[in-house]
Amino acid sequence: MSTTEIIFWFLSALAIFSAIMVITRKNPVFSVLYLIVTFFAISGHYILMNAQFLAIVNIIVYAGAIMVLFLFVLMLMNLNKEGEPRKNRYLLWSGVIAGGMLMIVIIAALQTSKPEIVDSFSKGDIGLIQNLGMALFKEYVVPFEISSILFLSAMVGAVVIGKK
Amino acid sequence: MPIDYYIYLSVILFSIGVTGVLTRRNAIIVFMCIELMLNAVNLLLVAFSKMHHARAAVSDAATSIGTDGQLFVFFIMVVAAAEVSVGLAIIVMMYRNVHNVDINFLNRLKN
Repeated sequence: MSTTEIIFWFLSALAIFSAIMVITRKNPVFSVLYLIVTFFAISGHYILMNAQFLAIVNIIVYAGAIMVLFLFVLMLMNLNKEGEPRKNRYLLWSGVIAGGMLMIVIIAALQTSKPEIVDSFSKGDIGLIQNLGMALFKEYVVPFEISSILFLSAMVGAVVIGKK
Repeated sequence: MPIDYYIYLSVILFSIGVTGVLTRRNAIIVFMCIELMLNAVNLLLVAFSKMHHARAAVSDAATSIGTDGQLFVFFIMVVAAAEVSVGLAIIVMMYRNVHNVDINFLNRLKN
């Protein structure tokens, strides 16, 4: 077993474990912290696949900006003392069974396909900033500018909703 | 390493996100599970782009095939950031009106 595979299994186990912790913790603050751990594990996977730009953007945007926003809103609401009220146990189990069934169906659908063996995910430098920046500002410059308009409208929308 | 491992990992993470959306009632945690699902899809897109690149790099070592997949991931992150800002504003407004973030309070939107 090579070093890459050991890191892969470790990061996968970390991501799945902390994702399960996100949906099982009573206290929402712990959920946010475990979700940050999940994002770091996914960033580790990106680095393992030599997608360095996406790894850095994932940490900056998700773990840095979005989760801080979640934590800020959570502490603004002061919900962290009380847990959720007890809910219907049958609804809980039906949700778990539905999610598990979705997983089983998708995995079963993949059983007949022949797996593509990639000898090394870390080869190739398409994930570096140089290559992605050239493509982003040449072929994808129009979507890039449109996304700035999207951000502007989201900002205006958030302010308008928050002012009411 | 087979591409299957990444598919299974993404499917498991996505299913955990679906389970969270179905079982939790706190609106913020439902929102976080949606982020988890988006990240599972991002991981799979990056893995597929690397697979596509590795397949094309056999004949041409300097090819840049697979760049599109990674840029799509970048745009998904852009849209997710915009979505979170508006969604959290809506949740804050809901909290100001009903002093709770339980999504069962939203069933008064019926009728």
